[in-house]
Amino acid sequence: MTQLALVIDLNVCVGCHACVMSCKEWNTSGWAGTMVDQRPYDADPTGTFFNRVQMFEVGEYPNTETVHFPKSCLHCEEPPCVPVCPTGASYKREDNGVVLVDYDKCIGCKYCSWACPYGVREIDEQQKVMKKCTLCIDRITDQSLPEKERRPACVLSCPTSARLFGDVHDPDSEVSMAIRENGGYQLMPEWGTQPANHYLPRRKTRIQIFDDELERADNPLKKEAPLPAAEGETLDDVAF
Amino acid sequence: MHPAFSVIFLTTLIGAGQGLFMALVTGQFYSMLNLLAPQDSVSFYATGSLLSLALLVLGLFASFFHLGHPERAWRAASKWRTSWLSREVIALPAFMGLVALYGISHYFGWTQPWIVIKGQLPVDATLVLGVLGVLMAVILFVCTAMIYASLRFLQEWHTPLTVANFILFGLASGFTLAAAFSAWTGVGLVVFYGTWAVIFTILAAITRGFSMYRNSRIKHKSTLRSAIGIRHTTIRQKSMGFMGGSFNTREFFHGASGGTLTMVKLFFAVMVFMVPVVLLAMANLMESAYLPLLAFAAQYVGLMAERWYFFAEAKHPQNLYYQSVA
Repeated sequence: MTQLALVIDLNVCVGCHACVMSCKEWNTSGWAGTMVDQRPYDADPTGTFFNRVQMFEVGEYPNTETVHFPKSCLHCEEPPCVPVCPTGASYKREDNGVVLVDYDKCIGCKYCSWACPYGVREIDEQQKVMKKCTLCIDRITDQSLPEKERRPACVLSCPTSARLFGDVHDPDSEVSMAIRENGGYQLMPEWGTQPANHYLPRRKTRIQIFDDELERADNPLKKEAPLPAAEGETLDDVAF
Repeated sequence: MHPAFSVIFLTTLIGAGQGLFMALVTGQFYSMLNLLAPQDSVSFYATGSLLSLALLVLGLFASFFHLGHPERAWRAASKWRTSWLSREVIALPAFMGLVALYGISHYFGWTQPWIVIKGQLPVDATLVLGVLGVLMAVILFVCTAMIYASLRFLQEWHTPLTVANFILFGLASGFTLAAAFSAWTGVGLVVFYGTWAVIFTILAAITRGFSMYRNSRIKHKSTLRSAIGIRHTTIRQKSMGFMGGSFNTREFFHGASGGTLTMVKLFFAVMVFMVPVVLLAMANLMESAYLPLLAFAAQYVGLMAERWYFFAEAKHPQNLYYQSVA
């Protein structure tokens, strides 16, 4: 059985948000649209997004690294959001494993968002239905598009190719090989939801920090505060 | 979690309605066994059923405010095989129907015995409907509580104590209301219902105490490390991907301070457990028509606070992804 999914390489993602914007652009005008923003120019803007890029700082200064972390629906193999839906609006496609919402059946009770540990389902404030990443189902199943364009908008737009797309059940696919060879992992494996989307971990890089890169040698006042002791492990020490 | 007032009203109102109905049937059962004086069909059972039905209708009405598309609510009955919410959507109207039938058959006095068991126990239409109604009330309690208890990620809710609490809080408020109803209408059942109300209130205090103790020392399975899959002990979120709020920051956090939470906890501990017990004990001594009514009002206000706290104390793992705005 086919299980389409994204594989996101955290070693490559630079946090440019191109995937967020292309996702919004493609999906607001397509099958899953519209994805309206509320109060975009006021103090408290909010809106519907399928994809968010978050930023985490790992380690103790000065040995820190920034991890850009894109997250959308993980299209779980055991999606906890599907059985709790009282109307059957939330479903998993038999043919390609994509988890979708039937907007005409959704009553907007938010129960599925409670049942998702990843926080990837968002209610659309205007249409009052639950929305989430569709893996650009209208693109990837469109036979009129050339084969190389039958991929989600975020994958096509990623300038660093941090996103791979394919069938994770096919052992010879690009995504399966990437998962196998780079130690691809799932988020929150403790819940047994078996997310189809995988992440590729940061890989070991060598870094040498010289003191004069941290202290300005030419500081005329010589009033630099002392640096904190560089102790503890860095991300490099624990990465694969 | 963010407590929604529609859900707080729904669960507390139907809980009291279910408890009241179970109290009525209990009273009928006792009087059938000649342990209590028989009550008037119309003024006690039919009016009581109407009161219970009114609470259920109010609860159902409140639940619609929780939906984005209430006009499609009928669809919610379709997935009863997998969804506890769907099962509740079926159980609630079924229970309302049985309460209505129970009230109607008392109103029209369809109390001629169909059969008499061992020459002692006359079985009539109202008794059969009453027993079916009590069964359905228990099913409805389980359905309502399992909506929350079945979510394994919300570890504060994922315990049989949630089901026990919903049932016992419903019984406590229902029997307190039955005592208030008896006192108000001058029926001599205040002591009977008041005693049961105190027993259920004490039982509810025990199970809720257990669940609060459990939740206070719960070890959450998900951590920031498992959430983003980075094996390092020092991880700080610097940005959640947007500057304003989102559904994720609004729906899964109550927004109240720790001090407010403690205040609410103390408030409901006093209002749900202590005040009604004291007032019902005083009502026993003073034979007042108002004190049991006051006891129910206090307990109901306390129950709303308790339900608010129930939502607020549950920590959703998705919040791990939304810790820092900038």
